[in-house]
Amino acid sequence: MDAQSNHGRRKGYELLRLAASFAFFFGVWELVGRWPLSAAFPSFSLTFMAFLRMIGDGSFLNAYASTLQPLLIGFTICGIIGVGFGIWMGLSRAMEWFSLPVFVILQAAPMAAVIPLITYTYGVGLTAKVLAVAVLSTPLVVMNSYKGIRNTNPSLIQMCRSFQATKTQVVLKIILPQAAGMIFTGLRMGLAMGFVGVVIAELLITPTGIGDLITYHASVADFPEMFAAVSSIILLAAVTINALERIQRRLFPPELQG
Amino acid sequence: MSVDSVVTLKNIGKIYDTGVEALKGVNFDFPVGKLSTLLGPSGCGKTTLLKIIGGLIDATSGEVWVNGKPITGPGPDRAFVFQDFALLPWATILRNVSFGLELRGVPKEERFEIARKYIREVGLEGFESNFPHQLSGGMRQRVGLARALTVDADIILMDEPFSSVDEQTRRKFQEDMLDLLQNRHKTVIFVTHSIEEAAYMSDLIVLLSARPGAVSQVIRPGIDRSGKCADDIRRDKKYLDVVDTIWRELKVYLC
Repeated sequence: MDAQSNHGRRKGYELLRLAASFAFFFGVWELVGRWPLSAAFPSFSLTFMAFLRMIGDGSFLNAYASTLQPLLIGFTICGIIGVGFGIWMGLSRAMEWFSLPVFVILQAAPMAAVIPLITYTYGVGLTAKVLAVAVLSTPLVVMNSYKGIRNTNPSLIQMCRSFQATKTQVVLKIILPQAAGMIFTGLRMGLAMGFVGVVIAELLITPTGIGDLITYHASVADFPEMFAAVSSIILLAAVTINALERIQRRLFPPELQG
Repeated sequence: MSVDSVVTLKNIGKIYDTGVEALKGVNFDFPVGKLSTLLGPSGCGKTTLLKIIGGLIDATSGEVWVNGKPITGPGPDRAFVFQDFALLPWATILRNVSFGLELRGVPKEERFEIARKYIREVGLEGFESNFPHQLSGGMRQRVGLARALTVDADIILMDEPFSSVDEQTRRKFQEDMLDLLQNRHKTVIFVTHSIEEAAYMSDLIVLLSARPGAVSQVIRPGIDRSGKCADDIRRDKKYLDVVDTIWRELKVYLC
């Protein structure tokens, strides 16, 4: 009972802190926006009103209907192929020998630089945007899956062997479950990169969806609307990634938080 | 080989890939149904030797014979208890304890029933659906012990099972384990670095020399446990003599 009320109090404190932090940030934004520095920097209140307006008139709904398409398709492809490939790399010495150096480089490289190249090859359609998402998110997903497999506690494998487990049993009952936490982390970080990928694609390749909202409102100098569009994608990404983090904490014991 | 030895080491040697020679010319007969301890200065290859007996590590030279046959790997005649417990963090205590049986394809109902029995015996009743991270170190090792008992191997190999357990829990656990093993006719080979633990628990203490490890002396404490409580044993003259003998022997390697 005591522990529970304690827990509740801590949760309340965390919420309060979050609110205070936001209030401070938005307050500074409001002040700087009201300062006659640049006409292209709207105050928080103007942006917020524009945000509500854009929810009301359905422009967000339309925009996200098209933005989420390449994001979801690209991320699903990357999730299946990336996780599969990462697991393969972790289990097979030969595969690791060939592909690890490439993925170590890809993981650190600014993959956004490839997007113009994708446009050159695949044009400006959905395919190019899907690829942009996949190219940005795949290296992280592959590397995390690989590391998850490789980080298996050797003592658990010995334990399995001591009970005469087969190789297949070791993979299915020890290696894969143990890697699940890190694979999930990889997917979560991959999705964050996917958001980056889709925004870059929509700004760089052809303006559609949220990229169109941003570029259009910038071109006609509707700066509150433009800022509202930018804020909306940040908000969506933050809420999604945070929700995934919560799910992960529920799903896996502390040893497997990756 | 004498009739009543169950594990025989024939000239075991182990050189690691790094070139370190861990063991050299280890010969020994472990008597059946007794608790034998491997004790020695740190780095003398006690754990390596135990894992060779378990078939988890290959010896560079020599052979391990179990029940009159040379071994080629792990077998159903031996069960291992690990220093770091080696529990599945994502599985409940019930599944962890029954995991050895699960790997052998024992049907769920049957293996859970066996597991419940051993969970009760190691004193963890009521924790069946908990997860390892919710248990203390001592309780986790009880899970490890219960898991080793479920497969009903004749030989139980224990690699410093109490080293990650705090001193007070350890004493209680040692007593409980002796109770558990009594009348079960198990052969236990036990690695420890604690002189008191070796003297208190063993029928036989095998002292290993510093690296490369070899058998340097065999001590039979011969403490009469019948009808005595643990604290009496710890005040027993024989117990204190054994501790003293081992300490004098090991001190040589500590410079």
